[in-house]
Order: sequence, then C-alpha cells, then structure tokens
Amino acid sequence: MILHTILAIAAVGLSSLAVAVFPRSILAFLAFQGSILFVYLARIAPWLRFSLLGLALLVLMPLIGAYNGYYLEVATQVGIFVALALGLNIVVGLAGLLDLGYVAFFAVGAYSWAILGSPHANVIFGGGFPLAPGWFYGFLLVGLLVAAGTGILLGLPVLRLHGDYLAIVTLGFGEVIRVLANNLDKPINLTNGPKGITPIGRPPTLLGLPYGEHFYFLVLVIVVIVIIVNRRLEDSHIGRAWEAIREDELAARAMGVPLVRMKLMAFACGASFAGIMGVLFSAKQVFINPESFTFLESIGVLAMVILGGMGSIPGAVLGATVVTVLNLQVLKGFSLWLNELKNAGVTVLGYSLADLPTQFEPAKYERMIFGVILVLMMIFRPQGILPARRRQRELTGPAAANPRQQDVLAP
Amino acid sequence: MSALFEARGVTKRFGGLTALSRVDFDLDAGIASIIGPNGAGKTTLFNVFTGIYAPDEGAVTFRGRSLVGLRPDQITALGICRTFQNIRLFANMTAIENVLVGMHARIALGLWEVLSRGPRFARAERGLWTRAAALLERVDLRATANEVARNLPYGDQRRLEIARALASEPTLLLLDEPTAGMTQGEAANLMALLRRLITDLGLTILLIEHNMRVVMEVSDRVTVLDHGEKIAEGPPREVQSDARVIEAYLGRGSWDRTRRAHAGD
Repeated sequence: MILHTILAIAAVGLSSLAVAVFPRSILAFLAFQGSILFVYLARIAPWLRFSLLGLALLVLMPLIGAYNGYYLEVATQVGIFVALALGLNIVVGLAGLLDLGYVAFFAVGAYSWAILGSPHANVIFGGGFPLAPGWFYGFLLVGLLVAAGTGILLGLPVLRLHGDYLAIVTLGFGEVIRVLANNLDKPINLTNGPKGITPIGRPPTLLGLPYGEHFYFLVLVIVVIVIIVNRRLEDSHIGRAWEAIREDELAARAMGVPLVRMKLMAFACGASFAGIMGVLFSAKQVFINPESFTFLESIGVLAMVILGGMGSIPGAVLGATVVTVLNLQVLKGFSLWLNELKNAGVTVLGYSLADLPTQFEPAKYERMIFGVILVLMMIFRPQGILPARRRQRELTGPAAANPRQQDVLAP
Repeated sequence: MSALFEARGVTKRFGGLTALSRVDFDLDAGIASIIGPNGAGKTTLFNVFTGIYAPDEGAVTFRGRSLVGLRPDQITALGICRTFQNIRLFANMTAIENVLVGMHARIALGLWEVLSRGPRFARAERGLWTRAAALLERVDLRATANEVARNLPYGDQRRLEIARALASEPTLLLLDEPTAGMTQGEAANLMALLRRLITDLGLTILLIEHNMRVVMEVSDRVTVLDHGEKIAEGPPREVQSDARVIEAYLGRGSWDRTRRAHAGD
C-alpha cells in the first residue's frame, strides 16, 4: 500500500513533468495517461486516489494543454467518446440489446444545435437565427430530450426482436438517420445535405477561458455526471431489471419486470448521453456533416464497450480512452515518425524508406489494427480489459441459528 | 363465493396440435399437484396461468379478476409467481440480486428517485436488501448470497428460484418440477420447506411433479392431465387407483397385465 502510494504520486508527478519538458513527445503524454490509469487501479487510500485524479484532470491536464494544445483536443475527444461508450454500455452491456446504430442519437443531438445554433436555420424559418450563443447550454438539455425521444421511437418497433435481428434493425436505423441528414436539403433544406452546416455557434465561455480549455472542462463535467448517473442506475432496481432482461428475458417477465417499459428506458437513457455529447460536438467542431455519423462510428463505440468489458463502467471509460488515443495519437504519431525518417532519407537494410509507398502509413491501418486487437481480445480476454465485477454486499438483518451462516458476507 | 384461482375451459392450440383441451381447474388453499405423462400439457397450463401464453379459449380468474390478456409481469404483480422446469435463474447475477429482481413488481421508486438518491430511496433500498437476505435465510442460502447464481450447486439453484419467486410476495406459487434431479432426501427437505411456507406465509401452492412419492405425500389434491385433457382429479389415494390414470401412465391393458403378473406369482 505504501509502495503503491509512492508509485502513484511519482507516476503522476514525473509523467506530467516529462510532458512539460518534452511537449511534443507522444510517449510522455502516453505516460501521463498511463499514470492516471495506475492511480485508478493502485491500492491507495480513497481520498488520495480522488485527489490525485482531481489534480491530474483538473489542474495538470489544462496545464499540459497550455504546452501542447493538441493534447487538450485529444483529452476532449476522449471525454466525448467516454460518454458515448457509457451510453451504449447501458443498452448493450446492461440490457443486452445489441445496438449497431448508436451514433444516430449522437447525430440527432448534433443536428438539433447545428440547425438552430447556426445561420442555417434562417433558410428554414425565414429569419431571427442563429440563436444567441447562451442557448447552447439549454440545448444540452434539448439534445438530451430529443435523443431520448428518438431512442424510444427506435425502441418501439424493435421491442420483439432479439440478438441478430435487433442488431440488423438498429444498423438500418443508424443508416436511415445518416441518409436523412444527407438528403434532407430538399424539398425543405433542413440539414444542408452532404455540404454540412457551418458556422455553428459556440457558447460564451465562463471566466474568459479559451475555447479549448472551456470545452475540456465542459466535457469533464458532463462525463462526471454521466458516470454518476450510470452508477446510480446500475445500482438500483432499474439496473438489476436491465441485467435480468439480458440474462433471461422470459424469466425476467415472469418475475414482474415490465419488459416494454424497461427496454424503452434503456434505449432512452443510453441515447440521452449521446444526445448531450452531440450538441457539444457540433459546437466544438463549428462544422458538421453526415460524414461524422457513419456506421463505422457506431462500430467504433461498440468496440470501445467490448474492449473495456461489457456492462462495466470503468471498462467503458478505459475502452473509449484506449481506442481514441490509439486513433488520434499512437497511429498518427507513428505515421509522422515514419514520415520524418523518410524525409531524412533513412535506409533500413539497404532499402530506402523514401521508396515506401504511402499505402504503408500506419494511420491508414487504423481499422485493421482495431480488428486485430478485437480478435486478440476475443481469444485471450473475452470479458474485456476491466470486466464488470459482481458487487459484494454485507448483509444486514437478523442472523439465525444456521451452521452455514457467517456473520459477515463481504469479502 | 368463487375460488381463489379458477380456470374454465382453457384450450390452447399450437398449429394442429391441441396442447390443452377445455381444462377446468380450481384452487383455494394448500398444495395441489398436476401430474401426467410427458407432453400432457402441464407446463403449457402453467404458461397460460402466468400469462406467457394467451389461451385460445376459456377463462382464467384470480380473486375474481380475469387474467386473460394480462402480461406476465402484471400477473406477477397480482400475486402469482412461478419457477421453471429447467432452472432459469439470472445466471451471471449473484443469488441476492436474483431475489432482488423478484421484488421488482413491489418497488414503487421512480427514475428521479433512483437518480437523486434521496432518503426515500435509501430507506427503500435498505428494506429490499434486508428482506432479500431474510428470504435467502428461509431457503438456507444466506451464506451464498454473494455467490454468482451460475456457480451454485444444482439443489441450491432450485431453492434460489423458489426464493426469487417468493420475493414478489405471491399468494399463489406455481412450481414446475421443483424436485427434478434431486435425491429422495433432498426432495423430502424441499417438501418440508413448502409446508413451512404454507403455514408461515399463508401461501397456496400448485406443483407439477414427476416424483410420485412426493406427490402422494404432500398434495391435498391431484389433477391428472393426459394429451391436454384432464382425466382425473381428487385426493391422492383416489387418483392413484384410477384406471384411466394407470392407463395413461403405463399404456392400455397394463392394468390387466399387472393383475395377471401378480396372479402368476
């Protein structure tokens, strides 16, 4: 425990120092991210864990962002995908409803602010738009409600479907939303079709923070709320009913779980997180078009949930982080590095790297590397990196004269 | 006054197969059993009673209220709960969580209360866990409360299913072959448990059972189904010696064969 405490403090301190000294080194930033994971897993006092995490995320991360703005962008993207993965985790991990069109809810949230928060709305309504930037905060709620409503809308027709059939229909639903976004530029120009919508209004920042920091903190707040909501849902009769449905639908019904209501609730809760993040995403990007909401995005979020461990909140967080960092940093960094070697005219075993075709750039292998990782995971650790653990409880109430009885059942 | 539970002329067809044909059934108190050869329609009858199937014809009432057209969870909320022939626990949840799911119909907390975690939620949740622990105690499983259901021994799983069904506070408990796969001793223990439940909780129990020793010992009344029809009903001793029942179990002419065999001794 003492060793862990020293290691945890040293890891956070040294890695953030490394980032400050080598702001362009990807390895330094990866070490910083790794130290956060270590703090989470280390056997240290809860208050210390909490304050170290707070220090790293609230103070050190924005400071690192001041040295290298791209890292802050990575952290913000990670946060967005963490919220998406946590939302999908409710639907897929807890309730066991395989949803392959999850990004549709993200799109619905994004378009709700994109349309009304940009001058584009004038095309539809005549004038008076865009809404004042302050409306953005209200739209976080609007995005939540619209996405939840869309979730219920999707849930209703697919209630009777299971497994493969459900997956296919949700896949279709995801495509329908994307195709709608692509084609609703006529007869009424609602989404501006493939050209996308821009400029989308950015919210007024609090305390005069720069946009990068502002969005980072906003995402952090939302992620914390999402995690709390997720944990409270999971640890209640609602979460237990979802898991019961996943385990055995017929038995769950026979035990008094109203199937329709609980399934729709799962779809709505899962979708609502994506809706909020959609609103934020559109404001952060200033520009959105249907290309951001493809089927591969849904698969990407699903991969995060599976990689982390189905039904596990820490798993979803870690899965989203690993996948996003892999995408935005590791593969990209590797490509850059290879490029530098090429330009420097380095030869390996008599072969000039300058002759290497561009097809060999690691960044182009993103999906393939994913595929390989997922296949390896399914073979060697099918339960995910941080699988859901059953909560162990101490039981209260009178103990009877029973020889098998123990007073304390907790581990 | 009408009985606690009544079924009148229940008919259920699957395509060309008539699984149940005009079955009448009454139940008031104590333990009743349904027996019959494989494929006689016993489990189908349970599925009709608990709302998993809707009957094609006939009426089912519980405390004077029609159950036809109600969903399984609504029927559970009215006070009928069941176990399954092939155990259907929530395999990856712990024993106590299984029992907690069984209480779902009795929980009146809304989404907001779950998210805001007010004092009402804390009180309700504490009550649920205490009650679940007491139920596990009753079926002698308290020591394995935090064990994942999948890892429990077979006999424990059977008793856990009963505890889970009891969690919904039923008036009528339907047990589908509760002693299947048990030794005679385990079965006897289970029957003792059922008797205690009747006296302690005022429960009415309906059993599907293949273990004749159990049926004859424990039942107040036995109903025999064959090919979806009720062929006999009455106290165990009467049913046991009913010629139609023996024929259904052992085949036509077996009664005569049995007598001849005895005569030849």
